Amino acid sequence: MTAAPSRAAVVAPADRAADARTEPRWVQVALITVAALFLGAFVALPVAAVLHQAFRDGAGVFTAAIADPAARAAIRLTLTVTLIVVPLNLAFGVAAAWAIARFRFRGRALLITLIDLPFAVSPVIAGMIFVLLFGAHGVLGPTLAAHDLKIIFALPGIVLATTFVTFPFVAREPIPVMEAQGADEEEAAVVLGATGWQMFFRVTLPKIKWGLAYGVILCTARAMGEFGAVSVVSGHIRGRTNTVPLHVEILYNEYQYAAAFAVASLLLLVALATLVARRLIEHRASRPDPVALPTATRVEPPHVPGALVP
Amino acid sequence: MTITVDHVSRRFGAFAALDDVSLEIPGGGLVALLGPSGSGKTTLLRILAGLDRPDSGRVIHDGSDLLDRPARERDVGLVFQHYALFRHLDVFENIAFALRVRKRPRAEVRARVEELLRLIQLDGLDRRMPSQLSGGQRQRVALARALAAAPRILLLDEPFGALDAQVRQELRLWLRRLHDEMHVTTVFVTHDQEEAFEVADQVVIMDRGRIVQVGTPAEVFDHPASDFVLRFLGQVNVLGATVAHGQARVGALSLAAPDLPGDERPARVYVRPHELELALSEGPELAPARVVRLTPLGAALRVEVDAGELGRLQAELDRGRAADLGLRAGQEVWIGFRRARVFAEDGRAAA
Repeated sequence: MTAAPSRAAVVAPADRAADARTEPRWVQVALITVAALFLGAFVALPVAAVLHQAFRDGAGVFTAAIADPAARAAIRLTLTVTLIVVPLNLAFGVAAAWAIARFRFRGRALLITLIDLPFAVSPVIAGMIFVLLFGAHGVLGPTLAAHDLKIIFALPGIVLATTFVTFPFVAREPIPVMEAQGADEEEAAVVLGATGWQMFFRVTLPKIKWGLAYGVILCTARAMGEFGAVSVVSGHIRGRTNTVPLHVEILYNEYQYAAAFAVASLLLLVALATLVARRLIEHRASRPDPVALPTATRVEPPHVPGALVP
Repeated sequence: MTITVDHVSRRFGAFAALDDVSLEIPGGGLVALLGPSGSGKTTLLRILAGLDRPDSGRVIHDGSDLLDRPARERDVGLVFQHYALFRHLDVFENIAFALRVRKRPRAEVRARVEELLRLIQLDGLDRRMPSQLSGGQRQRVALARALAAAPRILLLDEPFGALDAQVRQELRLWLRRLHDEMHVTTVFVTHDQEEAFEVADQVVIMDRGRIVQVGTPAEVFDHPASDFVLRFLGQVNVLGATVAHGQARVGALSLAAPDLPGDERPARVYVRPHELELALSEGPELAPARVVRLTPLGAALRVEVDAGELGRLQAELDRGRAADLGLRAGQEVWIGFRRARVFAEDGRAAA
């Protein structure tokens, strides 16, 4: 093969291919318009509406709604639940990811499927599972009552339901990274004299840290915004078992629209913070080494967290 | 300190990766495990490193069974085929890893890493990330990392496999010199016979989970134990033949095969290209052939000849001799075997 003619032959089709990839101008404009209109109608407009409603009766009503003891109790409860659930899911997620990415064992496929189960199950059903298990008429109800343990209509129930709904967020993140990179570096660490913990903290964790951070953020947002499952197990006891989303619903049902939207705007804030944090992580992760990316294929976040507007 | 591999077997399901392998690796030696893929050489290396366990057998080193100790307590340096450098750590921290996990003092770590950086001729690149290095540089960092904690055994898995020809050549010579200075017992895996011959004192040839021959490069090259070894060690002409009562017949030519007495049976004759004689005139034990193609190979010339019923054969001779013969394509010549090896079809016994 001689170089000169073949090069000439390659250039021409490449140019034509570039033309073929470029859509006509009107198609571009039409596509962009459709996307912009869709986002405007389904995202920007509702967000603006929430903020408008929240401040409709002035900043005074807004601050009063948030300073209300019941609202503050709801915020406190939501933060407590999040602080328990996220570390729990982080520990579980790392352990599950490790097991799935590193070992071939019987039931591995089942474990992968089970991790995704909460995505498939309606949160209401998730809540009902726990009522069936721990409720007064549930399987373990009498035993719990005998020992004076309250799970349903109390903090433990809310934590359980939230954990169930949010555990895939952390667990799913590191698995693709770990599977793509294989175990070579871990094996190298062990041969070089590292203990199991040293291997994890010096080699594995740095590789998956951005994926984990990403998962933790999604998990946090969802834990704060979860409505369905929590609604079933909480019992709606104002000031005691109401989380922020439940409190929003109660205010709304009591026709306190301004207050409802004021508290809802807090959840919106969480959602926006999530998006910013996500962008930052994707930016950071793509900088030092492309392989450390928390999988570039992540186009669809499984849930829009915090976007719970009554 | 000699490493004694004693009746080691390893199966993966129905596949026998290692089938009752026994081997002595002399202390301070440089041994190549040579074989095609699937021959078990990497499995043996991983067992020595502690990344895999045999189903049965022992590996004795320094009076104790290596298998009783986990990988991190074996004092082994391992260089991976694709280097497996820690990609989030720079060159300095990669090399320092073994010392860091052993909690050595900072000053000692710095001194040792700098010494190794000089050894691998990468001083000044200590803050580079692995992704910013060339293949040859990564390879040397991987080696320095493996040597940092002064291992008693150095293991290398296809160490030059992913490099281009020229870098590979340089690194081979460099590894050989390095070994001569340090005398650490070294085992490396390769499928490239040229590499094994150039670097190793001892070559261990493996096939389908078994060791088929052990010896110095000269021993295995001159006295291959089987037709597998012969075929594996570079190019060779294979001719169909029959053997009877210690005599092999290839077309009109006959060869002595004293190790193959007995009645007539099929055999194969193996002739390396440089062992094929070319002549311009007829003589005893020569067969007619026609030159098909001439290919210059450095100092040598490869001559492809069409020898009729013997098929197409490759000969190699030095340029000077070729000039004396005045070879050109299409020319009628006579061929003979300066040296040939005869194996019965079942693969045993050589001449």
